[in-house]
Amino acid sequence: MATIELRNVKKSFGVQQIIQGIDLKIADREFVALVGPSGSGKSTLLRMIAGLEEVSEGALLIDGVPVEHVPPAKRGLAMVFQSYALYPQMTVAENMGFNLRLAGVPKSTRDEKVRAVARVLEMEALLQRKPRQLSGGQMQRVAIGRAMTRQPKAFLLDEPLSNLDAGLQAQMRLELVRLHQELNTTMIYVTHDQLEAMTMADRIVVLNNGRIEQSGTPLELYHHPATVFVAGFIGAPKMNFLQSEVAIVTPREVTLTLLDGGSLAVPVPRRKLAEGENVTLGVRPEDIVVDPEGEFPGQIEIIEHLGAWSFLHVRMGRGTKVVAVAPGDRPSRAGDRLRLRLLRQRLHLFDKSGMAIEDPIPGGGL
Amino acid sequence: MNRSSKITWAVALLGWAIALAMFFPIGWMFLTSFKPEIVAVSTPPTIVFSPTLENYSAVLRRADYIAFARHSVAVALGATVLALLLAIPGAYSMAFHPTKRTRDILVWMMSTKMLPAVGVLVPIYLLWRDLHLLDTIFGLIVIDGLSVLPIVVWMLFSFFQEIPSVILEAARMDGATLFGELLRIVVPISGPGILATALLSIILCWNEAFWSLNLTTVKAATLTVFTASFSSPEGLFWAKLSAASTLSIAPILVFGWMSQRQMVRGLSFGGVK
Repeated sequence: MATIELRNVKKSFGVQQIIQGIDLKIADREFVALVGPSGSGKSTLLRMIAGLEEVSEGALLIDGVPVEHVPPAKRGLAMVFQSYALYPQMTVAENMGFNLRLAGVPKSTRDEKVRAVARVLEMEALLQRKPRQLSGGQMQRVAIGRAMTRQPKAFLLDEPLSNLDAGLQAQMRLELVRLHQELNTTMIYVTHDQLEAMTMADRIVVLNNGRIEQSGTPLELYHHPATVFVAGFIGAPKMNFLQSEVAIVTPREVTLTLLDGGSLAVPVPRRKLAEGENVTLGVRPEDIVVDPEGEFPGQIEIIEHLGAWSFLHVRMGRGTKVVAVAPGDRPSRAGDRLRLRLLRQRLHLFDKSGMAIEDPIPGGGL
Repeated sequence: MNRSSKITWAVALLGWAIALAMFFPIGWMFLTSFKPEIVAVSTPPTIVFSPTLENYSAVLRRADYIAFARHSVAVALGATVLALLLAIPGAYSMAFHPTKRTRDILVWMMSTKMLPAVGVLVPIYLLWRDLHLLDTIFGLIVIDGLSVLPIVVWMLFSFFQEIPSVILEAARMDGATLFGELLRIVVPISGPGILATALLSIILCWNEAFWSLNLTTVKAATLTVFTASFSSPEGLFWAKLSAASTLSIAPILVFGWMSQRQMVRGLSFGGVK
């Protein structure tokens, strides 16, 4: 049970500033995912919260108490590492009970706690094994169990699933969500995989170059990305970006000329657009519909069949490539010519600096 | 016979040849120690003779073998313990908290082994004299411990480097102190490596001759001094010298033979993950 607050936290290694001033409040029992590409500073941020890296500047508070100078173990947090970091010379039970042993908990209590956690994680049968006798998924469970035995104020998870195969990842994702519900504890989860963040987190914090790009619920980020970066990072397949120029602005609608050819009228955004301004039009693959009446002609280059859905990689008039999602039962083949329609209410506009031009006023225009 | 098995044979043959060449002097010494003095110096040398234990009884009559052996054991163990006590924390800090200059320090430490010991004989001798360490077990432990220290640090450093530092971070999160990390995580994980290092250090200290010859006479004299004392006083008595040498190396040979499994395991130690 803990709130964690970062106030203008910075981190430098030598002259290089990795974290550029982060303000973040994590509520009690919240499941927050820190996502970003490698080098975005997400792991460093987590390690600073853990106490494994020093905070160069700014304040870090746990339950309102500044902890920048408190050693890791005293912060009451537990960490799960990407490579599991189990103690190879100890059995599973010893691994899980190590923190209790260091805290001076008597053996009988220790065994009891370890057993209780093992029961929750369904690995009582493994307690006497050594880490090298375990599979990847089992090691991951032990690492989580080791974090659980100390009943931490918050869990810090550093890419805990990235060493597992896809099937196991899906299973562990559900288990982590279940664990979060059962334990009712704050969890901070670092991942480069937007899917993990989308499926598990209450809130996603997108990091890029040591800064927060956007913070919000998974659906907020999906529907209202604040920047081109977030728009491209969240959602799979990735959002398509089409370069365009504002042609005509009327009170009812704005007409864009696409660099690829063709033009498109979109609802008027709240922010005024000037004629001649360059804007990036973002459209998610699921918001592109194959329609014989569509305004954009194209040719299918590659089809990825997923069964229920197919991803169509389409080459538009002057070579721009877009991805569209079509129902899986639609008979298409590579090389087919088709016409695409963009769902106008679901378009995203970004200005030259990559910032979102506020969403169209619902119902405005058309 | 195909090509790869030919190579295997050639390598095996070469290995045996080298091993025999290295073993020959020791084997010859062992044989000589059972020869009467006359046979020992005869040319051409003979391998057919009636063996005698005369040399051994003469050697043991003349010097207190047990006392020398006790000193050797004390010095070899003591110096090894001293070196480990210094090297474990040292190698830990270099392996897990390296700085820009860590490599340089390691190379510098090793470079001290390139300096001939005789180069520092006079200062060390004077120091030991003024500190009243001449001819003491403790004095020999200190100098032997320091002379194996670079090798011990190097070996431990390479073993510690095999340990992923994330394991230490996990221990830190679990509440381990610096010493907790060292004693409960690093030492147990690299146990086989530390054991191999200790064994090698014991062997090196056992065989060490220069400092024991120069810094001890009686009270702390080791088996190397014992052996050397047979080398000349009454002319060369090859058979007796061989007997003394055999007695000196016998314990460490037995020790090495018994610990070779641990040595190999420790030296090939790795892959903690």
